[in-house]
Amino acid sequence: MSTTVENGQSTSVPNHNRQTEFAVPEVNIFETKDGYVVEAEMPGVNKSGLEITVEGQELTIVGHRNAEPVNGQALFRERRPVDYQRTFELDPAIDTAKIFAKIDQGIVTVTLPKSEKVKPRKITVD
Amino acid sequence: MNYLTRWQRPGVAWPTFGRLGSLRDEIDRLFEAPLAEFARGAQLLSGWTPALDVFEDKDNVIVKAELPGMKKDEIAVSLHDGTLSISGERKNENKFENAEVYRSERFVGRFQRTVSLPTPVAADKVSAQYKDGILTITLPKTEEAKPKQIDVKVG
Repeated sequence: MSTTVENGQSTSVPNHNRQTEFAVPEVNIFETKDGYVVEAEMPGVNKSGLEITVEGQELTIVGHRNAEPVNGQALFRERRPVDYQRTFELDPAIDTAKIFAKIDQGIVTVTLPKSEKVKPRKITVD
Repeated sequence: MNYLTRWQRPGVAWPTFGRLGSLRDEIDRLFEAPLAEFARGAQLLSGWTPALDVFEDKDNVIVKAELPGMKKDEIAVSLHDGTLSISGERKNENKFENAEVYRSERFVGRFQRTVSLPTPVAADKVSAQYKDGILTITLPKTEEAKPKQIDVKVG
């Protein structure tokens, strides 16, 4: 398997009862010998608005924007007030029980360690 | 002998497939997303244009910009002649050695945005806050620019 973490196309989820439109966050994905790291840009989301789920071999990151105070009248708007969502297919080598995430200044960093048995191992020769 | 051959345009060079793919994505996005989103998507060709909102209430002009993953000291805010300028640079951090990069969509490099303010503001009272990747700049209006209630007595 060469492409192990793939991009899911999920700009809209019709069955979602709250909201049907999502922004797709920009991501960087790295693979190291220990696992994968996904960094996603979700400005306006803090820890409480972050939902990360693993279902089967799919990782879904949802970021709900925290409510911002109303600042009077809008003169100019470019920011879209929608939540973020993106789904990735996981490499079977990932130990899904050990996935962890953090969020700092709108950047979600999800670390997906590979399970011990697939990591390269040096065998000592007696 | 035919010395004078008619000059012909070289064949239109097709972009590489990678670029073509991304252009196609951009075109798809043009029809699916609001225009502002597309304008922002055009950053692929022209650099980073952080999205911003401008609000006004009776006392302040408020500017909010999406600048995820910056450090406070990498953001510069300046005010000159009624124009607010937000600039900065996101550096390429090599966090992982010997890492294979699968996707690199996050922008790295310099950005700048300027906003013409709708009213005069008190430059010495401007404040900025950076939280959850959003920069919020509050620019108090000058006393002259604030709306005033004038009581008119009808005799």
